Parts: sequence; C-alpha cells; structure tokens
Amino acid sequence: MSDITAPPPALSKRLGGLTATGIVLIVLVLAVVLGSVLTAVEGRNFFSTGNLRDILAATSVLGFIAIGQTLVILGGSLDLSVPFVASLTGVVAAGIMAGETGNVAPALLAAVGLAAAIGFVNGVVVSLLHVHGFIATLGMGLIISGYIASNYQGNTGSAPRSFRLIGISFIGPIPVSTLIMLGCALLAILLLRRTRTGHHLYAVGGNPEVARLSGVRTSVPIITAHVLCSVLAAFAGLLLLARLSVGNPTIGSQGQYDLMSIAAVVLGGTLLAGGKGNITGTIAGVAIFAVMDNVMAVMEVAPFLRDVVRGAVIVAAVAVYARRSIDRRPARFERPGVLDAALQEAR
Amino acid sequence: MTSTTQTRAVTLPAYSHGIGGRMAASMSTPGGAIFLLAAALLVATIIANPNFGDPGVIIRFLGRTAPIAIAAMGQYYVIVAGEFDLSMAAVIAAQVVIAGNYIGEDTSRNVTGLVLMLLLGAFVGLLNGLATTVLQVPSFIVTLAMMLALTGLVRHLSGGAADAPPNDDFRQMGRGVVKGVPVVEVIPYPLIILAVLCAAAVWLMRRPFGRTLIAVGDSPDAARIAGARVWWVKTQAFILSSLAATVAGVLLVGHAGVHPTVGRGYEFAAITAVVLGGVVLGGGRGWVLSAVAGAFAIELLFTLLTVLDIDATWRDSVRGVIIIVAVAVAARAWTRGRRTGSATPSNSGTSDPSPTTEPVPGTNTGGI
Repeated sequence: MSDITAPPPALSKRLGGLTATGIVLIVLVLAVVLGSVLTAVEGRNFFSTGNLRDILAATSVLGFIAIGQTLVILGGSLDLSVPFVASLTGVVAAGIMAGETGNVAPALLAAVGLAAAIGFVNGVVVSLLHVHGFIATLGMGLIISGYIASNYQGNTGSAPRSFRLIGISFIGPIPVSTLIMLGCALLAILLLRRTRTGHHLYAVGGNPEVARLSGVRTSVPIITAHVLCSVLAAFAGLLLLARLSVGNPTIGSQGQYDLMSIAAVVLGGTLLAGGKGNITGTIAGVAIFAVMDNVMAVMEVAPFLRDVVRGAVIVAAVAVYARRSIDRRPARFERPGVLDAALQEAR
Repeated sequence: MTSTTQTRAVTLPAYSHGIGGRMAASMSTPGGAIFLLAAALLVATIIANPNFGDPGVIIRFLGRTAPIAIAAMGQYYVIVAGEFDLSMAAVIAAQVVIAGNYIGEDTSRNVTGLVLMLLLGAFVGLLNGLATTVLQVPSFIVTLAMMLALTGLVRHLSGGAADAPPNDDFRQMGRGVVKGVPVVEVIPYPLIILAVLCAAAVWLMRRPFGRTLIAVGDSPDAARIAGARVWWVKTQAFILSSLAATVAGVLLVGHAGVHPTVGRGYEFAAITAVVLGGVVLGGGRGWVLSAVAGAFAIELLFTLLTVLDIDATWRDSVRGVIIIVAVAVAARAWTRGRRTGSATPSNSGTSDPSPTTEPVPGTNTGGI
C-alpha cells in the first residue's frame, strides 16, 4: 500500500513548490519557445520588433476585459455582459466625440460613468437580489444589446486623431495601450493584495456564508468588482474605438470577449468557483492566447481551424492544474475496510 | 424498546395534503409558477390577437417551439447535475450540416444518417462528460472549448456557406403533420416527439438514475460517499444533453436550411428556459417539465411582443429584464420555502393555504 502511495506525494511535493501562477508562466514560456521555433521554421523571426508589437497589441483589449473578469470571478460571480458594455461605450463615446478633440474628455467621462452604472446594477442584482451572476449579467447583456440594436444601426460617430493616437503609438516595442492595460493590472493587484475590499473579495468568493458570519459585508466587494469589471470593459471599448476610429455597435460580440475572457481567466489558474486566483496568471493566460494566435497566423492555419486548436489548448492547460489540485487534496476515507470491519463486528 | 414499536406503529402518510393542496403548494414554487406564467402569457397573447386562440394556430405554435423545448430538456439534465453545457448550439450546427451533406438527396441514407448523427451526439456528450469528471476541468470551460472546436470544424468543413437541405422525407420529421385530427386539425410531428421525450424524461427522473442525478447536483461529495458513481452519472447527463441537441437539430433541418449558423444562441436560450423554469444553477433543484414550460413561456413572450407590435430589436431587452426579474423572484421564493420549515412560517402563511407544508413538495420531487 505504502509503495503505491509513495510516488504521488513526492511528485506533488515537487510540484507543490509551484503555485498555479508558476505553472501558467511555465506554459507561457513553453508557448513562446514553441512559437519562436515554429516561426523560425516558417523562415521568420518571432522576436522581430514588428511581431512583438503585434503580439503585445493583441493582448491589450482582451487584457482589460480579463482583468475585470478576474475580479468578478474571484468574488464567485461571472460577467457575460462585457462585450455589450464594450460595444455600448464605444458607440456612445464615438457619438459624443464626433471628431472633435475638445469632446474627448466628456466622452471618456460619459463612457466610464455609463459603464460604472451598468456594473453597479449588475453588482446589486447579484449580491442583494441573489440572482446568479451568470443569469444577471446574461440578462444585462441582452438588455444592452437590445438597446444598441434599436438605436445604432451602423457605424456611428468618429474619434479625433488625438484620441486615435492611443491605439497606434508605441514606446519602444511596447504599444501604449498595452502599457495602460498593464497599469490597470498593477492597480488591480494592489487592490487585491493591499486593500480591505480586495481581501474581502477573496473571502466572499471562497465562501459567502462564512464571510458573512465573519462580519464581512458581502455585497460591497461584489458590487466593487462588478463596477470595476464594467469600467475595464469600457476601457476595452474605448481602445477598440481608438483603433477603428468609428463606433461599431457589434464590435464586442464579434470578439466573443465574454467567453474568451473567462477562458483566459481560468487558463490563468483562477478557480471558476471563486476565491482563488490572481491577476498575474490572467495576464499570462491572455499572453498565451496572443502568442498562440500570432503563431497560427504566421503558419497560415485555416481561420476556422484556429478555434479547434484554441479549444484543445484551453482544455489541456486547465486539465493540468485540475489534476494537480487532486493530487494535493489529502486522502480521506483511505481505508474504508476499517469501517466495514467494525460494522461487521457489531453485527 | 416500546418507543421503537410505537414509532413503527405510526405510519407517516406519503403526502401531507390532498392532490389539490399539493398542487397549490407546488404552484407557489418557481418550478410550478412557470406553468401559471406560461398560461398567463398565452391568455394575454390571445387577448391581444384573437386569431391566436384558434386551436390549430396554437398547435402549430407548439410544434414550432418543440426544438427549443427539447434543447431545454437536455440542458436540464446537465444543469440539475450542477454543470453547464455551452456546446449545444455547436452540436446542432454540426448535425444540421451532416444532414445536408451526408444524407442530402439520398433517401436510402436517412436511417444510417440518423444513427450516425445520434452516435456523434452521444460521442460529443461523452467527451464533454469525461473531460468534466475525469480531467476535473470545469464544465463551463470544457463545453466552451467544445463549442469553439466543433464550430470551427463545422465551418472549416462546410466552408461557412449554406448547403442544399436534405431530402423531403428526412425533413418530414421537422415539418410533417398528422392530418385529420378533430379540433386541432393537425398534430405536428415535432410536438409528438416532444411529448414522447417529456414522458420519457419524467419516467427517467423518477428512476434511480434521476434521483441520483439530483443528489449529485445537490452535493457531489454526499452522493459519492453514499455510493453513487458521480462521474458516470454526470457523463450520462452530458450525453443526454448532446442527444437532445441532436434531436433539436434533426427537427430544425425541417424548418431552416442547412447552414453552419443554424441553432446559434440555442445554448443560452436553453439555459434561460431552464432557469426560468425554476431550476437552480448549481444543481439539485428543479423539475424537468418546468424547464419545458420555461421554453414555451419565452417563446410565448416573443409571440406576444410581436403581436403587440414591439420592434424586434427591443426583444432582447425585454427578454433580459424578464430573466433577471424571474430569477430574482425565484431566489426569494426558494429562500422563503427553505425557511418556512424552521423559523418563520408566518410570512408565507397568508397566501399559502397550507402553512404546515414542511418539506415543500417542490418540483424536484417530480410529483404534482
């Protein structure tokens, strides 16, 4: 018996030093190595400035949304309304800007304020009305999509050149948009590690009932997370506006940002049930997607087959952490024979 | 010793109330209230448009709604076991494309094609189930990945373009009717298929499998310790869900053409219907026919909105509001139902004719 059980603890102890984030980072390094090899086979340089710019730029939109999604998922909820929030803020901001540089500030304020209001409603419905986050935000997404479909038929408004610069300027090889995204990630990490709300968010996500009995006001962190998630989705919408220079009412749903952001969060090692995970892993998850897409684009994989590869990679990667957590779970009811024997004896 | 014999002598009644009382009690649960909601919507639609009151029109409406109701039934098995199935729409699209390309005009392939589609459905469900239970990947992610992979594969193989529909014999399953029926004139085949599947589902949920499924959804740990094979029960639920999507696809081929976008949005529509039917996300509560009623309620709502001349673009918004309100009310009702037994029986006493109803004969017991 002991011979059989001996190897797994040794393995888990070796892996035990690694956090889930560590594994994600290793996967990311593997993806980069594999990507550079495959790119080299195609006769191109993975680390050329142009290619690095492409990859980093590709991380920014999904990155914004995935950071917000991480906060919401840590709190045990979900946000399926993000693509519609991104579309809505894009068209609203484009309408207010109308190509004038002077209108940029009010447009940004309106977009962020609108998103914050949507997030607030989401948070209230989830935490105070006790509606499952899946349903609450699915419903909110439908409401917004109905509003967009009724009021915006095609592309509307336009972004002035000064605003479009955000989408196209670089500092070295790093796009400004990615830097802003990383700044948001840093702020989110500080929120989770250094503030009371952040700690409460973990507590509520882990077990809302225990958190409540411990004196945590459970609704506050949930509402905060939902507001931040919607605001970050608005940032993504504004960035898409800066890149497209017109407000497109379907840009969010085209990108499938709701499901892809959840996939990136889980790929980053955050538990879908909440209470465990971090932002670093999410950013690594987003980067893995970006590297994967870039390599497939370089190798000219047929567009529809890319989704097949994405699906396989997501399941395979998440299966790795899941197996790990099984190994680390202490063995309970290891010898059911004892109980059986006792019962037999009693009879 | 004496106390033991005494307790044995008192046989507890199987039910605490007569059939009327139990029906009234179950109508106050979310799973029962959906039937009232569906009936109210039907009445409202008939008032707004008297033509809809014609039995022939209603029966055709029910036939058109059958695919989504069947999909909701499949989703029910997965949700009540505490999981999600987001791959439903992709399965429908795959089946529709297979029907167009493999069966096509060749009537001799109808049976083999149908068997092939059912096998593929079962295989997809098996993959979903095994990845969820054996690899321990959350079903949300597994079925999301399956959705991506299957949709990508179908679009790659079909080139993303429409194909010719299969032969008319095959399409009869989705569009055919039994003629010459009194009162309602016709009975669409899809409605018959739905009725058979409903009966089978009610029977299945009363079998040990159904009981175990609900137990697994309520608490997988408790079910495992009690000796249930959790992985196999959950995998079966996924297989049933994919098979339901397959049947929905077969019926949809009769109405729609063959295109990889057929069935788009069915996964969320089915989840919405199930949740509207009072089935709790996270598993363990809900009745399968309530999920079916939820599907009809949503379609009736759409019909009502059309009759009332509301712009099609606003439909989504109305649907969103209805979902949130319904689930918020249901959350209240389940909480209240749980508390009546322990501490505060008074708050439901005014409306409930039987305040002593302790275990709340809810829809999870399968009885009326």
